[in-house]
Amino acid sequence: MPSEGMFASRARSGMLQRHWRVILYPLGMIPAGWLVWQGQHGALGADPVNVFERSLGLWAFRFLLACLALAPLRRFAGISINLLRYRRLTGLLAFFYASLHVLAYVGLDHGFDWTVLWTDITHRFFIILGMSALVLLIPLALTSNALSMRLMKRRWKFLHKLIYPATVLAGIHFFLSFKTLNSVSEPYLAALALLLACRILPKRRV
Amino acid sequence: MALFQYPRPLPSEITPKEMYLSRRALIGGAAALSTLATAANAASLQTHPGPYSGNLTPTPHEDVTHYNNFYEFGMGKADPAARSQDFHPLPWTLEITGLVRKPVRLDVEQLLRSAAMEERIYRMRCVEAWSMVIPWDGLPLASLLKDADPDPRATHVAFESVLRPSEMPGQSDGLSGIQWPYVEGLRLDEAMNPLTLLALGVYGETLPNQNGAPIRLVVPWKYGFKGIKSLQRIRLLDHEPPTTWNRLASDEYGFYANVNPQVDHPRWSQATERVIGAHSLFGATRQPTLMFNGYGEQVADLYRGMDLRKNF
Repeated sequence: MPSEGMFASRARSGMLQRHWRVILYPLGMIPAGWLVWQGQHGALGADPVNVFERSLGLWAFRFLLACLALAPLRRFAGISINLLRYRRLTGLLAFFYASLHVLAYVGLDHGFDWTVLWTDITHRFFIILGMSALVLLIPLALTSNALSMRLMKRRWKFLHKLIYPATVLAGIHFFLSFKTLNSVSEPYLAALALLLACRILPKRRV
Repeated sequence: MALFQYPRPLPSEITPKEMYLSRRALIGGAAALSTLATAANAASLQTHPGPYSGNLTPTPHEDVTHYNNFYEFGMGKADPAARSQDFHPLPWTLEITGLVRKPVRLDVEQLLRSAAMEERIYRMRCVEAWSMVIPWDGLPLASLLKDADPDPRATHVAFESVLRPSEMPGQSDGLSGIQWPYVEGLRLDEAMNPLTLLALGVYGETLPNQNGAPIRLVVPWKYGFKGIKSLQRIRLLDHEPPTTWNRLASDEYGFYANVNPQVDHPRWSQATERVIGAHSLFGATRQPTLMFNGYGEQVADLYRGMDLRKNF
C-alpha cells in the first residue's frame, strides 16, 4: 500500500510537470531582478555599472553551459529527462541574459554613445566575439517554438547546432574579459572544455 | 567627527567606527608615533597642503580603500581590503641604489615623521577606464632621488615591490602568469617631475595595506598600474627597465602608459571613464578622459616630438 507521503510527492511532481514553465522561467530570471535591486541599493559596490554588466554576461554564459550540459548529463549520468524542453528553457534564458548584457553595455555603460560603440563593434576583437555570439543566438531564439520545428524539420536540428559556435565565442569573450587567467574564469572554461570533449567522445549504443 | 576635521572631508563620507575609535586612541601626538610600528589600523599623519591639488572633490574614503587593484592580494576589487590583514608593512626599508653616488637606505618609519609631508589631491585614472580623486600624503620622489645624487649616466628608474607569498595570497596563484615581485619603471626626467609622489598616506592617515602600505609610487598623469605599491627598491639605470604589465601583455600595456583619450586599449575605448563613487546603477556617470589625465601643463614637455601612439 502506498503511503500518504508518496501520493503527496507524486502530486508535487505532477504540478512541476504541468506548470514547469511558470515556475522555471521566472526562477531563471531571479538573478536579473536581484542584480537590479542590488544596483539600486548600492550593493554592487563602487563601480556598479561594470559589475552589473559583467554579472549579466556571466549569467548568459552559465545558461549556455547549462544548455550544453543537458545531453551529457543524460548520456553519462543516466538522468533521463525530457531534454528538449530544458534546452529551450536554458537557451532562451541565455539569450535573455545576453540581450540584457548588451543593453547594459550600450545603454548604461556607454550611454548610447554610438561613436564609441561603432568603433568597439567594428574594431575590437573582444567585442566582436561577444556580439557574434549574441547574433548566432538570435535565430535560435526566434525558432525555439513547436511551429518552427514542424516547418523546418531536419533543417531545424542543423540550425540549432549554432549553439556550439555561440558558446565557444562567448567563452573566448569571457576569457578575454579578464586581464589574466584567474580563479573566477578557470572553472567555467574548464566546464566548457569538458562539455565540448563530451561531444568528441565516440558515440556508443546504450 | 569634530576631533578630526581633516582637510576637505565629504559630507557623504562615513568613517568606519573602528577607524574612528583608533584615531581617538592615537590622539596625543607622541603616543601616535610610537604606535605606528604596531598599529594594524591607520594612524594620522602630520601633513600640509601641497601644490597641484586644484579644485577636485575626493572620492569617498570607503571607495578609495575598498575598491583596489592589488593583484598580490587577489584579482577582485574587494580582495585587497579583505585579504591583506596578514601583511606587515612596518618596519620597512626603502633603498635607492644603482647609478647613484650616494646609495641610501631609508627607514620608512622615519619618513612617516617627515616634516616635508604634503597632501596632494590627484586624479587617478585606471587603465580599465574608471577614475577616482585621491587625497594622498607623501613626499616628492625628486627630493629623495636628489639625496642619492644620481650619476649623469642614469636615464631610467626601476621600481621593485615586495615578494612575500606568505603574507600576499595572490602571489601564490601561478595561473595568472604574473612574475612576482611587481616591477615598474619611469624615465629619470619623469621620476624627477614635481608631480611624481611617493605616497605614505591617504586621507591624512598612513596607507592601509590594500592601498600599498607603507609606501607607494603615484604618477598622476599615467594609468594607475604605474603606481607600484609596497615599494622596496629603487634602482637608477642607463636603460629602460622591464615592467610587469608590459611583460605580460605588451600590446595592451606600454612602458609609458600615459593617460591618453586618443589611444585606445585593444579591448576598450579610453576616450571616457566611469566615475567611481555613485553606488547606484542608474546614477553612475561617465566623463571625458583628459590628455595626461589633466596634467598636460606639467608634463606635456616631457614627450615633445614623440609619437604617443607608438610610445603608448
